[in-house]
Amino acid sequence: MSAPDLGQLERLARRARYLSCAAVAQAGAGHIGGPLSCIDLLVALYFRAMRVRPQEPDWPERDRLVLSKGHAAIGLYSVLALRGYFPVGELRSFDRAGSRLQGHPDMTRLPALDASAGSLGQGLSFGLGLVLAARLRGSSARTFVLLGDGELQEGMVWEALHLAPRYRLGRLVALLDANRLQQYGWPGSRTEERRDPWEGVPLPEIFTALGWQVRETDGHDFSQILAALAGVQEVPGEGPPQLILAHTVKGKGAPFAEGRYTWHSQVPSQEQLEQLRSALELTEAEVAW
Amino acid sequence: MSALRDVWAETLIELAEDCPHLLVLDGDLANSTRADRFALAYPGRFFQMGIAEQNLMGVAAGLAHGGFIPWLSSFAVFFTHRAADPLRMLVAQTGANVKIGAAYSGLLTGYTGKTHQDVEDLAILRAMPHMTVLAPMDGPECREMTRWATAHPGPVYLRLARDPVEGPAFPREPLSGQPRLLREGDDLALVSTGPQSLRCWEAAELLARRGIQARVVHLGFLKPTDQPALCAALQGVPVVVTAEEHSVLGGLGGLVAELLSAQAPRRVLRLGLEDTFGESASNQELLELHGLSPQRMAQRIESEMLR
Ligand SMILES: Cc1ncc(C[n+]2csc(CCOP(=O)(O)OP(=O)(O)O)c2C)c(N)n1
Ligand SMILES: [Mg+2]
Repeated sequence: MSAPDLGQLERLARRARYLSCAAVAQAGAGHIGGPLSCIDLLVALYFRAMRVRPQEPDWPERDRLVLSKGHAAIGLYSVLALRGYFPVGELRSFDRAGSRLQGHPDMTRLPALDASAGSLGQGLSFGLGLVLAARLRGSSARTFVLLGDGELQEGMVWEALHLAPRYRLGRLVALLDANRLQQYGWPGSRTEERRDPWEGVPLPEIFTALGWQVRETDGHDFSQILAALAGVQEVPGEGPPQLILAHTVKGKGAPFAEGRYTWHSQVPSQEQLEQLRSALELTEAEVAW
Repeated sequence: MSALRDVWAETLIELAEDCPHLLVLDGDLANSTRADRFALAYPGRFFQMGIAEQNLMGVAAGLAHGGFIPWLSSFAVFFTHRAADPLRMLVAQTGANVKIGAAYSGLLTGYTGKTHQDVEDLAILRAMPHMTVLAPMDGPECREMTRWATAHPGPVYLRLARDPVEGPAFPREPLSGQPRLLREGDDLALVSTGPQSLRCWEAAELLARRGIQARVVHLGFLKPTDQPALCAALQGVPVVVTAEEHSVLGGLGGLVAELLSAQAPRRVLRLGLEDTFGESASNQELLELHGLSPQRMAQRIESEMLR
């Protein structure tokens, strides 16, 4: 497969958005806001940045992805399906008894998954271990860890943030999905609004001070995302660990969910799915699954 | 029928006026645990602690020793697993007056799967000195237990199931701390806790149609256990069956087997998760899969115990 261009990435992301919402609707449970905010990052990773072999998911030299914000599982599953790891139709089994597509990623069930997650705050430590193992094996594989900005409140994330620079793990890449919302959070000026959990906190400066190399990007603009990813890929294995701070919108692309904390976890109706399809300008054929 | 988490949140709002020291501390799950209702009613007494359960537990212990009664809002699993060390050292070992609203307890957690299904909480907390562990079976009992826990000095863990359970409406009873007899019967005794007790009552109805009379005993006060009362409640039956939304290791089944082996040995059959984790599935599927639906319990009891 030749590498998809910006327009194709954009199109894939739209399809993944639709599939994620459709799978949640069909399961009658799941998350919307968090999956939609990180889909562009996942598409850029799996279709351009990561060295992977979908037909050989356990290839030892592959780059790894740790979805630390495990509640975004359906977003990852949709991207993996489009990338060819399993048939798109398998998304229909999301959340079902016996399914490989569990509510939160379970690496013991689905070979495409490099990590299990669900309890927030543990993925960066796991990723650190994977990169250390790669170094000890003499492999140049990278590990990408996708974190939520609410998740960043967990102490364990900061334990890993402190540790990684000590070992100069240049192939550890943290991506922060900074969508400025969590599940419930702190009220803003109006009840239906929520404050940015990191309001007033200079996160890039803090990460830099800890020893990370920080890049900021619009998390929905593929040219910016690809530039940031190209940058981290030039970093040598003994370089500083890499952090991409992606400014995103929770619920991105779904008119009913964008920027609304109440859509952290909700089930879209059939009308909302149809609204989504037309907002994403997808044809019937593109949303068939 | 209201779910336990609804009853819990409503009871906290009822209590707040007469209990000015009652506070609620949330781990970013208030709109799942229903503590958001308290947040709206008493915004000045609701504290959002963020997604940081260890810190939440530590702050609660400090508030408790500073004279307040913090009720904590998060999922059971994040208290008993993520925050286990501060729970042990700062809360249990100091006897801090912290109340844990353990939402989404047990197996039925709305499709979230194995990461969120806390099927080890009773094993952990039964072994933790100074803890009080409660598992109400229905709304009225949940309300009484929430009130009791707030007045009781010392740490309390309250199991709050996510979803309402279909079942008979039992008359409201004052809390005694003793096991509650839900149904008479002398062929065997079926012991349970939390809403699983209602499913046991249904299993007993199914067994009755097959000519087997099962006594059903609900144990809402798991720790401390009223041992003499539990032994008395299990007197006169040849076989005791336990059923719980929990591992068969170390929970209610362990409790009953430990007690009976010392005091009144009997065959004990333990129903629950067979040393395995849960998964994402509907409540009905999960109950079937782990032999905890009324039908599956009745079948298992009939085939194994009474051949
Ligand atoms: C340790 C832990 N605490 C609480 C939760 C429940 N929970 C799931 S998602 C979520 C909010 C996450 O917010 P954020 O990291 O910002 O994710 P996003 O906004 O991308 O959905 C919470 C509190 C959890 N899964 N794990
Ligand atoms: Mg967020």
